[in-house]
This record gives sequence, C-alpha cells and structure tokens, in this order.
Amino acid sequence: MNKLFANLVFTLGVALLPGLAAAQELAPDALVKSVTGDVLQIVRTDKDIQSGNTKRVIELIDQKVLPHFDFMHMTRLAVGRDWRSATPDQQKALAAEFKTLLVRTYANAFTSYKDQSVDFKPFKMQAGETDVLVRSEIKQPGGKPVQLDYNLAKEANGWKVYDVIVAGVSLVTNYREQFGQEVRAGGVDGLVKSLQKRNAELAAGKSAAK
Amino acid sequence: MRRAANNDQQGQTMIGLSTRSNTGLRSAFFAAACALVLGGCAGANPKDPLEGYNRAIFSFNEGVDKFALKPIAQGYEAAVPLPGRTGISNFFGNVGDLWIGVNNLLQGKPVAAVSDLGRVLINSTAGIGGLFDIATEVGLEKHDEDFGQTLGRWGVGNGTYIVWPIIGPRTARDTLGFGVDLFADPVGYLGNVRVRNSLYGTRFVDTRASFLPADKALNEASLDKYAYVRDAYLQRRRSQIYDGRPPRLDDDAAVPGGVLSRGPMEPIDAVSQLVLTRVNGGTAPARAPAVR
Repeated sequence: MNKLFANLVFTLGVALLPGLAAAQELAPDALVKSVTGDVLQIVRTDKDIQSGNTKRVIELIDQKVLPHFDFMHMTRLAVGRDWRSATPDQQKALAAEFKTLLVRTYANAFTSYKDQSVDFKPFKMQAGETDVLVRSEIKQPGGKPVQLDYNLAKEANGWKVYDVIVAGVSLVTNYREQFGQEVRAGGVDGLVKSLQKRNAELAAGKSAAK
Repeated sequence: MRRAANNDQQGQTMIGLSTRSNTGLRSAFFAAACALVLGGCAGANPKDPLEGYNRAIFSFNEGVDKFALKPIAQGYEAAVPLPGRTGISNFFGNVGDLWIGVNNLLQGKPVAAVSDLGRVLINSTAGIGGLFDIATEVGLEKHDEDFGQTLGRWGVGNGTYIVWPIIGPRTARDTLGFGVDLFADPVGYLGNVRVRNSLYGTRFVDTRASFLPADKALNEASLDKYAYVRDAYLQRRRSQIYDGRPPRLDDDAAVPGGVLSRGPMEPIDAVSQLVLTRVNGGTAPARAPAVR
C-alpha cells in the first residue's frame, strides 16, 4: 500500500514537473492565448460580470492578467521623456496610479463586447527575440472585428506585456500627450495628483470625463 | 522628408486651411476662435494649432452626441433585433466595398482589390443585395480603406488636425479624403431624395451604434478627453494606413514630437525602409532603443 502511494506520488511529480517548467517558459503567443482563454471562460460564466459588475472584472484581471504585465515598463513608455526626471518614489507612485486607471479601461474594453470570441493570428518568432507582438481579433456577432494586439518583452521571470493596442490605438502611448500636459502644468507630482484624482472619481462611480 | 513636407502643405492648401502660408489669415481666424471660445489660448500647442477652435467644436459635438446621437443609437439598438442590425451593417458594408476596392487598386494592392470586387459580386447576389456577408464566410475578408488612407499611402502627411461639427475629427488630408469618399458614395447618386436621405440617416445611426461599446472606456480612461480622442484618432489613422501593422514607434526617440508629430513623414519612411531592406538583403534598419 505504502509502495503504491509512493509510486503514485512519484508519477504525479514526474507528470507535474515538466508542466511547471513549461509554464515558466511559455512562448509569448501561448501565454496570451491561455490567459485570454481563462479570462473569457470566466467572463462568459460569471453572473456578476454578465450583469456589469466592474469590480468583479477588476478582481479577475488582478488575479489572472496582471501577473503577466510589467507596469513600470508601461508607465515609462506612457510618460516618455519626463520619466527620467522623476525620482524612484515618483516613478513608483506613477506606475501604481497608471495601473489602476489602465486596469479599469482594459476591463471595460474586455466586457463591453457581448458574446465575443477571440481569434489569434498566426505568430512567428525568431530565435532569441526579446520583443514581440501577439495579434488577436475580438469578433462579435453583428459587428466589425476589433483588433487587439499585445506587445511583450522577455524578462528574467518570463514574457511580460508592456502595451495593449486596441483597434490600432496603443492604450499606453496614447497617454503621452496628456501626461506631458500635466507635467508641464504641475510637475511630476502634479501628474500623480491628477491620476489619483481621476482614479478616486472613478472609484466613486463618476464616469464622465471633462 | 522635403517631399513629405510639401505634400503636407499641399494637403492643407487644397482645402483652404494652410497653416504655413497665409499666416495673417490664419492668426486672425485663430484669434477670433480663441476670443470666441476660451478667452485666449496662451501657449498654443504647435502640434495642434487649431486647438482652441477644435476644443470648442469638440464640446459642441459632445453635447449633440449626448442629447441626440447617442440616445438615437441606443434606441436603435433596443428597437432593432441583432439580426436586423447585422443585415443593415452588412448592406452598407456592401455599398462601400466597391470604393474600398478602388482604393486598394490605387494603393497598389490589386489582389485585395480583386477580393473586394469578388465580395461585391457574391454579397449582392448570394447575399441578397448585401444583407448577408457571405463573402466573409467563404474567406474573402472585408477591408478597411478610404481615400484619406490612399493619400497617406502616397506620402501625403496628416496636415492640421481639425474637429468638424457633427462629422468629428479629421486631419486636413483626411478631410480632403472624406470629400472624395462622399463624391464616390453610391448613395449620393440616388435620384429619390427621400430614399437617399433615409439611407444617409440609417447609415449614420448604424455607425454611431457600432461605437457604443467603446463609450464607457473612452469616458473613463482619459484625463483630458479631447486630447485622448485626438491622439487615438491619429494613432488609429496611422494604423489604418499601414493596414493594421504600423511599425512601432520607439518611443523615447519620438518623444519631442509625441503622437502628433509622427504623422507626415512616415509613409515615406516606409518606402525608404522597404528599399533599404531590399538593398541590405533583408535586414531592416535597427530600431531606436527603448527608454531605459
């Protein structure tokens, strides 16, 4: 009996180990596909999300999606030139606020489309590439397909998304002019404050921008 | 580069909104717009010289949308069941496909043009006058082209960014393109005014309804909705000109200009990059380094 148990544990271990290793070295397209698949599965079956509960969607994204995003990288791209004049603390604060704002936007983009399916386009990667684009398309009945692309960079702990491009519009770089405006008006701290204010408004349920 | 700049100016002059020559007229117009609207535009943005005027029209358009267009689109979505809306979208899609094919031809993409012609033939017949998009199902993908994109492909730069009443944002180039698109629109040639106008109206509502899902994200995402819409419009047009595969602009190198300054030279760059790629035997020029 004991031997049987030991065998079982051993077999399980052997079966699982390659799985773990594979998960860490997942190719970028496979990674995006599997995460998208998981999230869509939950979005389709979760009653709260179906009835438009943004909080639940944000939780879901927090749990499933965010581990694969690099927000420092994203924020650096969104801020552009002014990034270098920000102190490390300011950079951290910017990344934290920008993350909150982006997650909400992405949650909206993901859930506004009903009965959507996601198709991935053929993906090719050269050996040794560290910066790739994974392309997909959201299809919805009765509407034109919406292009949804992800930029990923290879980092020490796997591939990380650093930009999401919806219908040709980069969610990250589209902020550069606005961020520049804020920094010119009130410095990096001014930008942090504006982002905090926006996030607080959104959390309080006001959605209308000026 | 020089050619791009010339084209850029030409594009603006053609619709009478040159920003380089005729400075006197421009500043008079601009001053009037500023005085009218904001009571002064200190620190006008060189990348968006009409910003004061544009912001005023933008908020006018927002008002019209909030109280008229959006409610109508929502009503349409509530009243017409999905298969009906799909049929209507397909119908107008079919009406536009021939002109899309012409633009593909003008852009040197004959295979795509033939596919567009095939779409029209299949959808007009088997698709019952365009109500069903059979062509997509048999593998002829719908394309997204217009004359503004064709001009962009030819190397015409964006020109000034302009927000038009009701019509919304266009660059100078795309305003010209839009005019040509209108001229080529089969609906405009219908003799029966009532039918023509109802088709115009339905298409407008159909288009607005297709943007409803994006509304919430747009309202929530922006710090400054005007700037967000402007930069998204310019990015989107750039992406369309490159058929959804624009070269990524990195990022730090592009900064002094930001999104707006990127426009004009790029189609030219694309051509030279292609030539370079051929000459160098398949190695594209290295990308600018990312921000570190």
